[in-house]
Amino acid sequence: MNIKVLGTGCAKCKTLYAATEKGIAASGASVILEKVEKIDEIMKYGVMMTPALVIDGEVKSTGRIPSTTEITGWIAAATAKGAL
Amino acid sequence: MSLCYPRSKFPLLRGGAGLVAVVAWWLLYRNLESLAKWFSYGLLHLAPGSHLASAVEFFVFELPKVLMLLTLVVFGVGIIRSFFTAERTRLILAGKAESVGNVLAALLGIVTPFCSCSAVPLFIGFVTTGVPLGVTFSFLIAAPMINEVALVLLFGLFGWKVAALYLSTGLIIAILAGWVIGQLHLEKWVEAWVYDTKLATSPGESEAGTSWQGRSQAGIDAVKDIVGKVWPYVLAGIAVGAGIHGYVPQDFMGSIMGKSVWWSVPLAVLLGIPMYSNAAGIIPIVQALLGKGAALGTVLAFMMAVIGLSLPEMVILRKVLKIPLIITFAAVVGTGILIVGYLFNALL
Repeated sequence: MNIKVLGTGCAKCKTLYAATEKGIAASGASVILEKVEKIDEIMKYGVMMTPALVIDGEVKSTGRIPSTTEITGWIAAATAKGAL
Repeated sequence: MSLCYPRSKFPLLRGGAGLVAVVAWWLLYRNLESLAKWFSYGLLHLAPGSHLASAVEFFVFELPKVLMLLTLVVFGVGIIRSFFTAERTRLILAGKAESVGNVLAALLGIVTPFCSCSAVPLFIGFVTTGVPLGVTFSFLIAAPMINEVALVLLFGLFGWKVAALYLSTGLIIAILAGWVIGQLHLEKWVEAWVYDTKLATSPGESEAGTSWQGRSQAGIDAVKDIVGKVWPYVLAGIAVGAGIHGYVPQDFMGSIMGKSVWWSVPLAVLLGIPMYSNAAGIIPIVQALLGKGAALGTVLAFMMAVIGLSLPEMVILRKVLKIPLIITFAAVVGTGILIVGYLFNALL
């Protein structure tokens, strides 16, 4: 699974990155976590509010910090999808 | 027994708790003034009329008042904003004619969640999908300038009339400045790569934020985020304000920031530009100064310059705008703020 945190390096982006790390650790899934800071890369996802969370190419949240339960939920859903 | 409620009654319970909280808030808020008097004269036995007493009374009344108002309003605004997303706003604005678009953009700027760190992706997202440049600017001017923290502080410390003046003049500046920028046709000063950016189709927004539970959580998150960030500034500002209130002689500021001094408005604007998030700490100081003879127009101009013309935001926007456009933007908005400052000094 591939998870990206989109954001140009503001305080909230760091918070989201940390929250995502926590969510990954809690779920125990094997994940490649990336930070995307270049603006043209971010725009490729059509995101206008940073930070944003992208799981396997799908934008999950924009402009807010989702709770750890939300993040683990998305990871679990993506894991189930990958197993099919 | 309460533990035996079936799951479906939980929202009711949550709503009930919310109602209790609002009633408690209201009772406490109504009695703050008498509590402050009791604290200063009953508990501390300060001599009425002394410098210290007037400073202490000011502090123990204003600080909880402003923080309570801030918490309630930020919570409410957090919920309202969960109904508006940047994507929805863009959809409304795309292809709108100028003028109508400017008015809509300024109004939407108030309710759409915005953080200056998102100014660049937002700008690109708007202009590449057919939102005119001037309309985009109306949004970018209104979104930071008309903000709930500034409105709460103005309402709490100056009253609803000043808060309403700030809201309406801020809207007018955003509408007119955006319209002027649109008329100047400055697209050539937007970095060329912006218009070449290929935008993915609108991302699928997660559903979690749209239930009522999600919305009240959004309100709570907003309180944690915003009140958590500004309270030290509010505390420091009201403390300094209390000192001025108690100790600085009456009419002291009249000679520096009064109506008769023509350069007070431009000076206030220049001083305001490099200041940023600490606006929350400045308003209480300014309020105390106003009691000592400073002029309201000067104060409003200062406030608007602090949050509407921020240097850090201009630096961020440099990524997508060429310098002449940034200067035009600052000049047009700055002129609007100067007019507001002089107008209210002349009228009030």
